[in-house]
Amino acid sequence: MKSFARSYGPLVAIAVLAVLLLVVAPAVLSPFRLNNLGKYCCWAIAAVGIGLAWGRGGMLVMGQGVFFGIGGYAMAMHLKLEAAGPEGIPDFMLLYGDGTMPGWWEPFRSGAFTLFAIVALPAIAAAILGYAVFKRRVKGAYFAILTQALAVVFATLLIATIQETGGFNGLNQFTFFFGYNLYDPVNKKMVYSIAAGLLVACLVVVWQLYRSRFGELLVATRDAEERVRFLGHDPANVKLAAFVIAAVMASIGGAMFAPIAGIISPSDVDATASIFLIAGVALGGRALLLGPALGAIAVGYGRSTLSESFPDQWTYFLGALFIAVILLFPAGLASLFGKAWSRLPRRKAAPA
Amino acid sequence: MFSPRTRHVIGTVVALTATISLSACGNKDGEGSAAESCVDTSGDTIKLGFLNSTSGAMAISEQTVRDSLTLAAEEINADGGILGKEIEFVEEDGASDPAIFAEKIDKLLTSDCVAAVFGGWTSASRKAMLPVVEANNGLLFYPVQYEGLEASENIYYTGATTNQQIIPAMDFLASEGVETLFLAGSDYVFPRTANKIIKQYAADLGIEIVGEEYVPLDDDDWTTQVAKIVEADPDFVFNTINGSSNVGFIKAYYEQGLSPETSPIISVSIAEEEAPAMGKDVTGQYAAWNYFQSVESPANEVFINAFKERFGSDRPTSDPMEAAYTSLYLYKNLVEAADSFAVDDINESADGVSFDAPEGTVTIDGENHHIAKTGLIGRINSDNQFDIVWSSEEPIEPDPFLEGYDWWDPSAE
Repeated sequence: MKSFARSYGPLVAIAVLAVLLLVVAPAVLSPFRLNNLGKYCCWAIAAVGIGLAWGRGGMLVMGQGVFFGIGGYAMAMHLKLEAAGPEGIPDFMLLYGDGTMPGWWEPFRSGAFTLFAIVALPAIAAAILGYAVFKRRVKGAYFAILTQALAVVFATLLIATIQETGGFNGLNQFTFFFGYNLYDPVNKKMVYSIAAGLLVACLVVVWQLYRSRFGELLVATRDAEERVRFLGHDPANVKLAAFVIAAVMASIGGAMFAPIAGIISPSDVDATASIFLIAGVALGGRALLLGPALGAIAVGYGRSTLSESFPDQWTYFLGALFIAVILLFPAGLASLFGKAWSRLPRRKAAPA
Repeated sequence: MFSPRTRHVIGTVVALTATISLSACGNKDGEGSAAESCVDTSGDTIKLGFLNSTSGAMAISEQTVRDSLTLAAEEINADGGILGKEIEFVEEDGASDPAIFAEKIDKLLTSDCVAAVFGGWTSASRKAMLPVVEANNGLLFYPVQYEGLEASENIYYTGATTNQQIIPAMDFLASEGVETLFLAGSDYVFPRTANKIIKQYAADLGIEIVGEEYVPLDDDDWTTQVAKIVEADPDFVFNTINGSSNVGFIKAYYEQGLSPETSPIISVSIAEEEAPAMGKDVTGQYAAWNYFQSVESPANEVFINAFKERFGSDRPTSDPMEAAYTSLYLYKNLVEAADSFAVDDINESADGVSFDAPEGTVTIDGENHHIAKTGLIGRINSDNQFDIVWSSEEPIEPDPFLEGYDWWDPSAE
């Protein structure tokens, strides 16, 4: 029993979350609330990756909006072309451009290519960036500022390219999701379930990673990078792997966000959006398995409900909430569950 | 073949996939069950939604719209409501974020079951709300001048489209004998589209465009762009900058020695609310709108007095505020003309519904859901009010796609 709790306690927690998200939520929530929960799940998917890179790997990734955006825009481009029909081109290109479509849009007509791109594009981008950065041993605040600057550049680039990406307006007005009509409530529920399922899948992947040799090495790199180097490992490779996985997860989150929210625009992927993701992770507990996901869902839920109840003052409440949590529970809200559960002998979460 | 642990992982993944696919059965054939309206018209009240940004970058502008919507609702309620039903308004914050606008209008239409939504400011927010309001067959009243090229069965546009603001501004410039024009704008859809129209009309009018510069929406540094204006020395500067970026532009403009005597500015987003906030004395500069606080009409006098009494005597009234105020009254008249709150009934009898608005009488075009408005050019005086120096004489019929202008070629450039 003891060893079971140690090894599979987290898996039980993931299973409970899976039941809540995939069985209970669709049964009790209204279609509108369920759709919102879907959005939170997309942020949570990105947050799980941040938990890996930041919580376990010590890399404060302040620009995950970039990868969220790569996935989101890749999916949105496909949905836009699907809505335009075969041979058709997106409406905004007719309105704001000269009525021709840039060549690099063309491959996104294919659903298979789009799915491939959602994983491959962020992986390649993160690999190139990560290789350049980690091999040069850029870390700490410099790394954080670099990633944050990337988010700013990315959003500015999107806004400046109205004819290619829709600019400030972003991409919206999708009608089909791989052949399924997005306005049909049954299909909305399906898209939600895919997002929730992907979140659970990402949690399982991360749980496996944390148990693996790689997970141990990542924590070791975070806590004593030089010692890891002396032991004959290259910390750059370890960090690179975590960074790439986090980027892919953010991209998957963004890809599901587009059909669920019905829109992706620069304000969903810019520096502020990136900080919102970080805030969720910090709130939930960055080094804990479920902390980032629960934190992201909590922040999303807080944004929606606080702004509904207090349309004028909600931003103050949210700010106060952050300050309170960081002061009172520096390891995140999920650490409370950990404390309550601490009578069960289990592997101690890595200290912050 | 596999270690126990690997097998366990595979088992988990299979179980997960099964769960997902079980719950994720979609409906590929159906047309999508048409959204049934959940609006409750049986009681003594009718629910309406007010969706404006009360947080974020746009809050400063959109709060003024919220205030005038509130005023209109209170006035209508004091006067017996709409079809005898009192307005109960549900307020939501769009948070200056298009995705939040999409979320909130969905909530208003499907959870709160409001009969109509009033709000939105940026084109991005309207574009984000459009598919949601169409999918739910709801109603949205959008109160801000915009770039046109749009008409939805489910949206009523009570601000100006381009042929009611941009084109009159060009007509005014032509009547002033302007020969050279410089275009300065924020880098997003409205300025880009407006400038596309301006360039084509300028070619038709024989006005030369001597420069075109854009700066991102949230950027305040106009130094190098203004230097280009100084160099080009245009007769007029056409300003399509939006929001606080105007402050940086005006600062650079005066600091580099430009003035209304040399190269005056004509703006399409500086109104009574913004003029005193520019940080410089902008007396003598121009703006194109369809309403100024200085418009002389009995309805405007009533509007200004009621607004000052409700929100304070220091508060000015501006074009978007007036358009929002008008939108609620137009909704009332639409419902009463249709004798129904149902969207299809309202659209059926919309053509020709009018309201004696503060800006003058406005009439709905049932075809494109825009309203006929008078084009006005104002010149800022030392009280930060506008002296009306030019008017289109009578209301201009809305033409969002510029079909009536033969110089217009949407695919050119």
